[in-house]
Amino acid sequence: MAFNPSPKQLTAIKAVVFVVALLPFLSIAYGLASGQAIDPLAYLTDGSGDWALYMLCATLCVTPLRRFTGMNWVIKLRRMLGLYAFFYALVHFLTFVWFEHGFNVAAIWKDVLKHPYVTVGFAAFVLLIPLAATSTQAMIRRLGRNWTRLHRLIYLIAPLAILHLWWIRAGKHNFQQPIVWGSVVAVLLLLRVYWSVTRARAQAGARAGAPARARERARQ
Amino acid sequence: MLIKPSEITPREIVESRRKFIAGIAASAVAGTSIWEMANREAFAQGAAQKLAATRNAAFSTGEPQTSFNDATHYNNFYEFGTDKGDPAENAHTLHTRPWTVQIDGEVKKPITLDIDRLTKLAPLEERVYRLRCVEGWSMVIPWIGYSLSNLIKQVEPTGNAKYIQFISLADKAQMPGVSSRVIDWPYQEGLRMDEAMHPLTLLTVGMYGQVLANQNGAPVRVIVPWKYGFKSAKSIVRIRFLSSQPRTSWNMLAPDEYGFYSNVNPNVDHPRWSQATERRIGEGGLFTPKRKTLMFNGYNEVASLYTGMDLKKFY
Repeated sequence: MAFNPSPKQLTAIKAVVFVVALLPFLSIAYGLASGQAIDPLAYLTDGSGDWALYMLCATLCVTPLRRFTGMNWVIKLRRMLGLYAFFYALVHFLTFVWFEHGFNVAAIWKDVLKHPYVTVGFAAFVLLIPLAATSTQAMIRRLGRNWTRLHRLIYLIAPLAILHLWWIRAGKHNFQQPIVWGSVVAVLLLLRVYWSVTRARAQAGARAGAPARARERARQ
Repeated sequence: MLIKPSEITPREIVESRRKFIAGIAASAVAGTSIWEMANREAFAQGAAQKLAATRNAAFSTGEPQTSFNDATHYNNFYEFGTDKGDPAENAHTLHTRPWTVQIDGEVKKPITLDIDRLTKLAPLEERVYRLRCVEGWSMVIPWIGYSLSNLIKQVEPTGNAKYIQFISLADKAQMPGVSSRVIDWPYQEGLRMDEAMHPLTLLTVGMYGQVLANQNGAPVRVIVPWKYGFKSAKSIVRIRFLSSQPRTSWNMLAPDEYGFYSNVNPNVDHPRWSQATERRIGEGGLFTPKRKTLMFNGYNEVASLYTGMDLKKFY
């Protein structure tokens, strides 16, 4: 039988995940504070952007992990991972508006509108905001079915993040990282497509089977 | 004594045994890699061969110099990997002796020079130049070399020589990055003949009072300080004189992003980012305002080379 933690164990697991997901941030902060980062702006931009993407992928891994292993409790880690994705994206965004552009709104807009890779990165970040804002228990209850619909935005955000990375790396013809992580995102999203197709088939099958079952009952 | 054919070890087996032994040797080396790296670092910093040169004040900026550590640990040299830390880590496998540079094409006196003769061809000067990378960062580096024009005059270009091409080493055995297909190797760069003849264009064999660090393009490279850094080819093995404009590596990869001229120009943006400002490496941190990028990287004496040219078109 699949591992099923007690409430105490789950709290411990959450604490461990919280600390582990914070480590990259601490490492980046240390690199900056210690002066090891030769180009601080590029270091912070790359580090925060990379980890936003990795946390996004980790969040998208939760449901497949749950379905493949039967460990339903992992769903309880999803909110934290999603919020970490938002956290790293926020650091990435702040780096852009603060250290890259010094909060110069005109320069920021020009950059967002003129450079496609900035446009899609900006869009991906903006779309993350409502997801982070509605991550509380109260919001989940309040929005009901709409919460699920809203949070499907992640299926758009992840490809946008990959496109953002792809276009910036294309400038230096260095596609290794976007190919690897693009493949990860593609697999995670194709799993969803597969599940939704099989579920739709099963439902159609059930509907087609219903009259037959009714006749069966009538005969008895 | 007679040896029966059956007693001779087949070649494949000998080779596989050799590979096996080499593998053991390699893993033994990997086991001591931290120790080795520490030693290499010490070698790179301390024991590098000194190179005497006279400072050319007229061609030197008085701006604070980038630290040797930053200049040797933040490099774009794809032959050793695409990360900026890769060259410092991987370039120790480059053998810079013996080294020859073949000089041919549209010249009356084609010649192949070994690195020692090349180094002694003209008096060595130290020149402190600004270096502006196309990515938006800059350094100030004391290079050692002499004007490329000294070499060009020696080989006597013919009337047909309109361009000069630099070809870098591309050896998988010495350069791990060459196994990846990021660039169509070897790396190629080029200049128009008047650009190559300009006194600022430096045939470079040293930096910071020493021979060039491997990761900075040892044993010989060019430095063209008014152009983005990628124009300054590293680890050159061949110089060709041509009648027509040569193709250049980055231009072949992305022609709309990297032009043949690639002069530093704050008014012509890279399609992916602005070129109006730059961050000087080693100058403060995240809160330090960026510097305004200067036309021709501040080397206005080259402006006359481009009179009448639309630099938006010839970027």
